[in-house]
Amino acid sequence: MSTQTLSPGIEALVERCDRLIEEPGFAPAVAWKNAAPNRAAIGCFPVYTPVEVFYASGVLPVGLAGGGNRMEIAHADSRFQSFICSIIKSTLEQGMTALLDDLDGVVFHSICDPARNLASVYSRNFPNTPVEYIHFPQNFEAEEAPRYLRDEYERVALFAAELSGRSMTTEDLRAAIRIYNRVRDTIRRLYALRRDSPHLLRTRELYPLVRVGHLLPPEEHAELLADALHAAATREGRERDRIRVVLTGSFCEQPPLDLIAAIEDAGCYLVDDDFLIGRRWFTGDVPENTGDPLLALAEAYLDASLPSPVKHDMRVSPARLLVERARSHRADAVIVLCAKFCEPSLFAYPTYRKALQEAGIPHLFLEFEEKMWMFDRIKGEIETFVESLLFD
Amino acid sequence: MTETHYQGKLHHLQKELMSEYYAALTASANGSGVPAAYLLIGGNPVELLRAFDILPVFPEVNALQLAVRKQSLPFIQSAEFMGYSSDNCAYVKADIGMYFGGRQTPFATIPEPSLLLCNYVGCNVYLDWFGHLAEFTGQSAFQLDIPFIRTASGEPSKEDIAYVLRQLHHLIGRCEEITGRKLDEDKLREAVRLSSLTGDLWAKIKHLTKRTPAPYDAYFDSVTMMAPLYCLRGTPQGLEFFETAYAELLAKAEAGVGPLEKERFRYVIEGPPPWPHLRAFRDMFSRWDAVAVASTYSTVGGLWEFGFTHDPDHPLESIARHLLEWNLTNRNFLQRYEQIERYLEEWNANALIIHSVKSCRLFSAGQGDMREYFTKRGVPTLLVESDLEDPRYFSEAQMRNRIDAFFESIAHRPTREGVTA
Repeated sequence: MSTQTLSPGIEALVERCDRLIEEPGFAPAVAWKNAAPNRAAIGCFPVYTPVEVFYASGVLPVGLAGGGNRMEIAHADSRFQSFICSIIKSTLEQGMTALLDDLDGVVFHSICDPARNLASVYSRNFPNTPVEYIHFPQNFEAEEAPRYLRDEYERVALFAAELSGRSMTTEDLRAAIRIYNRVRDTIRRLYALRRDSPHLLRTRELYPLVRVGHLLPPEEHAELLADALHAAATREGRERDRIRVVLTGSFCEQPPLDLIAAIEDAGCYLVDDDFLIGRRWFTGDVPENTGDPLLALAEAYLDASLPSPVKHDMRVSPARLLVERARSHRADAVIVLCAKFCEPSLFAYPTYRKALQEAGIPHLFLEFEEKMWMFDRIKGEIETFVESLLFD
Repeated sequence: MTETHYQGKLHHLQKELMSEYYAALTASANGSGVPAAYLLIGGNPVELLRAFDILPVFPEVNALQLAVRKQSLPFIQSAEFMGYSSDNCAYVKADIGMYFGGRQTPFATIPEPSLLLCNYVGCNVYLDWFGHLAEFTGQSAFQLDIPFIRTASGEPSKEDIAYVLRQLHHLIGRCEEITGRKLDEDKLREAVRLSSLTGDLWAKIKHLTKRTPAPYDAYFDSVTMMAPLYCLRGTPQGLEFFETAYAELLAKAEAGVGPLEKERFRYVIEGPPPWPHLRAFRDMFSRWDAVAVASTYSTVGGLWEFGFTHDPDHPLESIARHLLEWNLTNRNFLQRYEQIERYLEEWNANALIIHSVKSCRLFSAGQGDMREYFTKRGVPTLLVESDLEDPRYFSEAQMRNRIDAFFESIAHRPTREGVTA
């Protein structure tokens, strides 16, 4: 008990994260930029960004996570149609309402067609904001893919150097890989703790602990996560009568915090999820001391990253991986929670559905939007689903 | 109301040649022994398949043929029954539904693929589509990864070109495994030579609509000619078709004959057509004596009219260039604005129609911004919404009202040249 009183409790840490997440703007990034010369900050659209390449170049990669349910989209919906997902519009809206003014550039990736077109629309509407676009390889079997991606990262490093006025060295990149490895490793440990003892760490708590990494420098985030891990592991709690659920489909646009809480309150232990998967992305550490750390990052992307519908690794079946994940997490069920109009997650569902049915794993398909603020209906659906399993 | 008719020699020839093509698909499905490869339209490398006598099958073409024949909905619904969302691309749903429906269509029996060639040229849905086909057929797909155009120059980097070339060599290896024979380089050069001549003719045909009156409609007639452009390119029959088409359309141009009795409005159109309602959509423009002089959709497979030509002396390099740079789908959204701008200027058009389709977000995402851009530049611009495959997303009366109101409004306003239309 004595050690627990010396370090912050999980509730206090989560409260701090909630506060930071809900604050508009990017105050921690601005403070970081002002603390030393040759620093800049870049907004990173989901899903995965090679953050090390930016950070090593003196550019703090800040995660963009849409507008949440407090933003009114007043301008951007005239640019993107009603059948386009919300995060595309809320990101543009943030730009149009000066909410991204603290950032020195924005980076998009080859994750889906609307994100691809947003990169163009963004650069046209904000001609003074540098915009980068990263094309991740989709041919995972090609022996030349790692070299291609390494060269792509080198191109990105030149872009980053223009933002900060400082080119990275190999040692800078190794140091960036080390610190982000530390962050990712601690997140993995937190996920493992939640898998094994979900009563000690709710997803409504784990989520903001990870999400705050969108805003903080990695050293600060690593420290916060270490405190959280310690606090959660030494916490006392009692298991409740809930079903164990693997949640998938929410890797880009993010559900409101209250929706995550509502899913748990409906009787679920979320024992795995793909929220903010880009902050974890790899299955283990990226090698830290190789001669060519850019190549190490590229190889890790291709051969040691988590499954995601925005990656098309034909060597594996994403549906089979989901079944394996449900089994390895001793899940009673899977919830497929897709952002409305999100093509990658909606396209993943038919194959998931077939595989889950064949494996005899119950599942529930739900759609959400970041801007939703009433949760009674969705909570009711989940409660019915949970009851059908508990009293089966 | 002015009605349009398709009675030229080229239409008969197209019908005959496409019937032969579909007969070959059916024969392959029935065990003719000719292997079939599924591939996608965007910047397609069909020449490589020709060199191995592999039959190209374009699921997009099959899907749109179903839509044109008003046969797509049951297949779409059966895919939705499998879990596909009403918000997913309906080309994919029609194709998947048709695949599980025994691959039977009114025009052909579609063969099982010996090769799933996913030429990932800009469209992210391609990856899901062929990933699913791989999952459902048990075949492995060859992902031909084409880096998207993302440089300020609008050109691929030398690393991009090298990356694609190396993958093409692997693809050749896969084709050699499937057919059991080595690449015949002369045969590849011949296919590329035929493509080169075909592409040159297609470019000339595209430039004919710079004339007034335009000798054909560069949307409704161009998209029809896309079938031979993709399904027959790289063959003598494909070349024959475009020789015939060019001769016939040139003669019309020389004679000052257009598709309508009178040409009152010249417009550029952006986006895929509403295939299930093509006739009704066409007539909404014809009744205003409005002719499309250029269309972006007719460039998804290649941008020959802006100077691209295949090079038989450097076959693989030119195939790589075609995939990377010389098609609409792999170019970024702002390059499309430039393309439209060129059409408006060089093809002397006085309006822009944006047909926004829900299925294809590669095309549609951000078209509101495009409307804003062109409206601010003084180009009368209309954005209408429906779908390319799903007949349920077409409201004929509403669409007609909007198109009528648009042409009514520009009928009395000065054009870009200061002349009342």
